[in-house]
Amino acid sequence: MKKLSILVGKTVQKVSKLRGGSGSALPGLVIEKLDPEFAENILKQLPYGVVVVSGTNGKTTTTKIVTELLKSQGLRVFTNETGSNFFRGVISAMLKNIKLTGTFNFDIAVLELDEAHAVKFVEKVPINYALLLNAQRDQLDRFGEVDHVVDLLQKVAKKAKKTVVLNREDARIRNIEATKKIFFGLSPDLLKKIPSEDNLYSKTETSKLPASVILDKIDDKKSFFKIGDKTYSAELKLKGVYNSFNASGALALCQEILPKADPKEFVETLEKIESAFGRGEVFNFAGEKIELFLVKNPSAFQISLESFADENHDYMIAINDNVADGRDVSWLWDVDFSSLKNVKITSGIRASDMALRLKYDNVKVGTVEEDLETALKNFASQKGKKKRIFATYTAMLELRKIIFGRSIE
Amino acid sequence: MTTLNILHLYPKEMNLYGDRGNILALTRRAEWRGIDIKVIPFEPGDKLPKKVDIIFGGGGQDSGQEKIADDFKRISSDLKILIEKGTPALLVCGLYQLFGEYYQPAGGKKLKGAGIFNLHTVASRDRYIGNIVLKSKKFGEIVGYENHSGLTFLDEFEEPLGEVVSGFGNCGKTDEGIIYKNCIGTYLHGPLLPKNPKITDFLLETALKNLGEKTELKELDDEIENLAHKVATTRPR
Repeated sequence: MKKLSILVGKTVQKVSKLRGGSGSALPGLVIEKLDPEFAENILKQLPYGVVVVSGTNGKTTTTKIVTELLKSQGLRVFTNETGSNFFRGVISAMLKNIKLTGTFNFDIAVLELDEAHAVKFVEKVPINYALLLNAQRDQLDRFGEVDHVVDLLQKVAKKAKKTVVLNREDARIRNIEATKKIFFGLSPDLLKKIPSEDNLYSKTETSKLPASVILDKIDDKKSFFKIGDKTYSAELKLKGVYNSFNASGALALCQEILPKADPKEFVETLEKIESAFGRGEVFNFAGEKIELFLVKNPSAFQISLESFADENHDYMIAINDNVADGRDVSWLWDVDFSSLKNVKITSGIRASDMALRLKYDNVKVGTVEEDLETALKNFASQKGKKKRIFATYTAMLELRKIIFGRSIE
Repeated sequence: MTTLNILHLYPKEMNLYGDRGNILALTRRAEWRGIDIKVIPFEPGDKLPKKVDIIFGGGGQDSGQEKIADDFKRISSDLKILIEKGTPALLVCGLYQLFGEYYQPAGGKKLKGAGIFNLHTVASRDRYIGNIVLKSKKFGEIVGYENHSGLTFLDEFEEPLGEVVSGFGNCGKTDEGIIYKNCIGTYLHGPLLPKNPKITDFLLETALKNLGEKTELKELDDEIENLAHKVATTRPR
């Protein structure tokens, strides 16, 4: 049965790619019907088992960090690609990596799963570890309220046979129950910079629970991680305080998985990790170097602004309201934009909503241009400062298409 | 300079879906006309301030609504007095329901409301989510985004905020929201006020009138408000 499903799955994958699809969902669907235990049977044989990374923000980058840290210690790591953070996406990624003979040459699986799919996943597949980052407002029209999201993450945590790694600074997350739980946290100074769901709206008390890894300090270049009684520093390519914070979670998790590894080596590895797709990616367009940031909910947007809003850059903001972005653009009003200067252009389907939002924070906007290509060309033609774009999911995909469809890389 | 006091009901518990944008719209549109705004956050246990010119309250998660339910009973008769004497107010979603006579949850006991609005709400199994457009006698076209599972029924002869052009509204018939005296109740997020500046200005103007001030508000350049409003009417549900 297994070999047959692999063959069928791989065939469907090829056919669907030939037809122009991403090859990500359909093969998973076919296998789900044909061989419902496919993922479970293969993943349960992995010597280190399965790790699930979930939460509202930072999943993709954190999964990448965990993967790279474990690889640096010689583990063969299976992971799912960006944009396939649902059960079928995992199955499709497995199909790409499995031999027709059924050999799946990995030591551990590190999987990024969104909250709802993580629950469906752990109901079928046993897991050893979970890293739960945060519970914030995302697409409320899809998941319902934040409390509901926490219930989902609690279900995931209960299934982890070994350790659950939790964000100490998110009150809803730190109270999640598990067989064994450890924490990653922030120093009191940095706590002010990373808003959790509650302190985005009002102040909440901080926790004194002991944390395995604490992000202690960030200066112009380096991040300082306190692990046990020692502090290690690294110059990360991943910019922004939230990336360093997610790295703390990844460090705490990897130390649980490989307790004998030297923390110093882990921290050194951090320096080599590049940004994931759309998370501070840098590209050239019309001779201008532009950084692109994905923003999909108020807390992610707020922390991006904390790290990336300054006077040395010009900004473009692209807001779409397609289903994948969330139809409701109310969330823009939960972000404080007053730190932003030099917004040259707002774009996307809801360019006017974004301009309106900025007006009410007394931030001046150069141009409102719904069409992304026209906006991007206009933005790139304004010489002078370095450039940054904040974009919602589908706006980012469109921008990438415009950029990489034209430039010679 | 005139100062208007805005009472913001339960900002910590009832703050879903960008409701802060409504406060921001009131604040800026007043400031741009040289009127000062003081926002008074009202938390459970607080004493109601003596001087209230505008009342605002938003929607919340279930856990937020439970936290405020008892406290709301404590202040509801005082709120009723304020509304009856013409204080302008905007109540969105959760507090819109609580300003009514009662809320009937699925299977549970009726929750008594403040009885300010002559309406009641019944829980339903479905959720009504999406862009919505209304036609209002008082304000013209209104745009917003609804996301609720309660079905709200106005008593006979009560005036809705508007007729539904596209979307669901109070209970799937033709009406959405309510206007009672100078008080507006509605399911519309979006948030409501930034893209519907006529409503914002109505609240400000009424507050000034109550203070015996000159009520003619200075015209503002609403080009971007109107553009964002227009785009919102073209979006799919």
